[in-house]
Amino acid sequence: MSILIDRSAKVLVQGITGRQGGFHARLMMEYGTDVVGGVTPGKGGEWFEGKPVFDTMRSAVETTNADVSLVTVPARFAGDAVMEAADAGIRLVICLTEHIPVADMMRVLAFCRGRGTRLIGPNCPGVMTPGQAKVGIIPAMVATPGNVGVVSKSGTLTYEVGFAMKNAGIGISTIVGIGGDPVIGTTFVEVLEMFENDPETEKVALLGEIGGSAEIVAADYIKNAMTKPVAAFIAGRSAPPGKRMGHAGAIVDGGEGSADEKIQALEAAGARVAANPEEIPGLLF
Amino acid sequence: MKLHEYQSKFLFREFGIPIPLGKVAASADEAYAIASDLGGVVVVKAQVHVGGRGKAGGVKVARNADEARQYADDIIGMDIKGLRVEKALIDPGADIQQEIYLAITNDRSAGKPLIMTSMEGGMDIEELNRQRPEAIVREHIDPFAGLQDYQMTFIASAMGLPRAQWRAFGKILRGLYQCYTDSDAELAEINPLVITGAGELLAVDGKVIIDDNALFRQSALVEQRDTSGEPESERLAREAGITYIKLEGQIGCMVNGAGLAMTTMDMTKLYGDADGIGPANFLDIGGGATPEQVAAALRIILSDANVRCVLFNIFGGITRCDEVADGILTAYNEVKPSVPMVIRLQGTNAAAGNKIISEARIPNLFSADTLTEAAQRAVAAVKEQP
Repeated sequence: MSILIDRSAKVLVQGITGRQGGFHARLMMEYGTDVVGGVTPGKGGEWFEGKPVFDTMRSAVETTNADVSLVTVPARFAGDAVMEAADAGIRLVICLTEHIPVADMMRVLAFCRGRGTRLIGPNCPGVMTPGQAKVGIIPAMVATPGNVGVVSKSGTLTYEVGFAMKNAGIGISTIVGIGGDPVIGTTFVEVLEMFENDPETEKVALLGEIGGSAEIVAADYIKNAMTKPVAAFIAGRSAPPGKRMGHAGAIVDGGEGSADEKIQALEAAGARVAANPEEIPGLLF
Repeated sequence: MKLHEYQSKFLFREFGIPIPLGKVAASADEAYAIASDLGGVVVVKAQVHVGGRGKAGGVKVARNADEARQYADDIIGMDIKGLRVEKALIDPGADIQQEIYLAITNDRSAGKPLIMTSMEGGMDIEELNRQRPEAIVREHIDPFAGLQDYQMTFIASAMGLPRAQWRAFGKILRGLYQCYTDSDAELAEINPLVITGAGELLAVDGKVIIDDNALFRQSALVEQRDTSGEPESERLAREAGITYIKLEGQIGCMVNGAGLAMTTMDMTKLYGDADGIGPANFLDIGGGATPEQVAAALRIILSDANVRCVLFNIFGGITRCDEVADGILTAYNEVKPSVPMVIRLQGTNAAAGNKIISEARIPNLFSADTLTEAAQRAVAAVKEQP
């Protein structure tokens, strides 16, 4: 199978009766994702596109046997929603929500780890295994099935690169948007390891940005443990230090986390780094 | 959101951390009055959101109130790295025997709070980390359990703190952790925490940065926000809910998504740097932007007099390019920019969007298919101007 999700994933949408949640739940269903229901506290017993809505994750999982959940609720409630999913035994929680306080995320992450739940995000576009399933907001049109794994901190930049790959005739095994927040559930290295062990994936594209050291840690992994070729792009070469570039995690702090430092580390690890994201398809041939 | 030194220290005091008994002055006369009350030697410290104020002449030791007045007169109103100093903190001079570094911050990789401390305080922690990383003691905190007594003992002994100060240090550490969690700080730093001649501990300088995403539950701290150092355009953008950061280049960028916005800036620099051309701003218009938001964003970009060209780079995923094109036209008619514009619409309904743009027959407007072409066209448009 591909990594994280395939067509057998049974998905609950937390916040399915909300505008965003409902909109994307429909698109996911159109794509072929097995959305088995949703959760909105106080709306249990209602129906959404023929799927049951529950008050709690516990009752939703008991009834549907879902193993994946998508969190689309607002920032103030998102941490609680992720913990509820983990407590209900969900294997994989994907959290789209932006602007969750870091203090909340640190507790949520510890909670998930204690229950063996994998969290993707927050502040991410989700996961898509082209031709099988998508959980999140990645547009269907940006990818066709194939054997390049894509892992990225960003949303639209990922669509851009996916689209360029599609136009060049390159297909994708799975796209994983890990999110642009400082504290996230799943890091570059963890996804690289999944791709390294995935028989469906032959090559990997990594899209990073300024801030933090996750790309440096990824470079170490590529150097020491990866056999599959990696192409990469790092956004934010022109960003001034000390300024937060949109994503909460995208800040060069005290000289740490600059694009140049990351590009050097990735090149030294044998990855092929593009100066322009539209060059990525060329680096994957 | 950054707090000033005086705001940080006054916040520390609420958590039982001893600080010098200074006050803030907005004028030389106020500085004189405060220094007279304190008596003896005082330190006049510029309160400004920028590092390196000491080197820039923003910190002066005054032997008496008259000198304090004179230094305050120099410092208040001075320009430090482009920011005007509005206030100065007047602190009594401290009898410093030893300087300690102590901070609590969010460790991104571990996803846990991290205490960092060193007996070699006073200097820049990044510099210390480069030169002597072994001089820094690091300890993670379990976000559920909080700071434990055994950890305080470990830290005090590992850093080599004299036993006489363990108890007082433990109290400060506990206060700082409480301050960090209660305030949703991403950094709570005391540098230096000094051991005085009398063997007491005193937080002589402080820095607190609050997590912007937690401001909704930190209303008391939000009231302390100092926007005087913020460019007018960034303030307008913040109020309009648009993420905008002013830069030094000539190409105004309007993009959907933060990663793609950074990438678009990078592309203008990649193709323009040789001619001294680069991005004028970072701007993320977000998903599903309305024509009103596009117009507001366009006005903000054009408020920067350096802008010689505006580059729109929209990748329509869920956002539909035809709707964005309508938004751009509405904004164009409202704002009537005099500089050339380059528009690149790609993704969902791109063909329809580009048709709308081309049929509008706007002079000085160029379409591009790819990001590369768009960036090159924008650079060329700047070069063509005198």
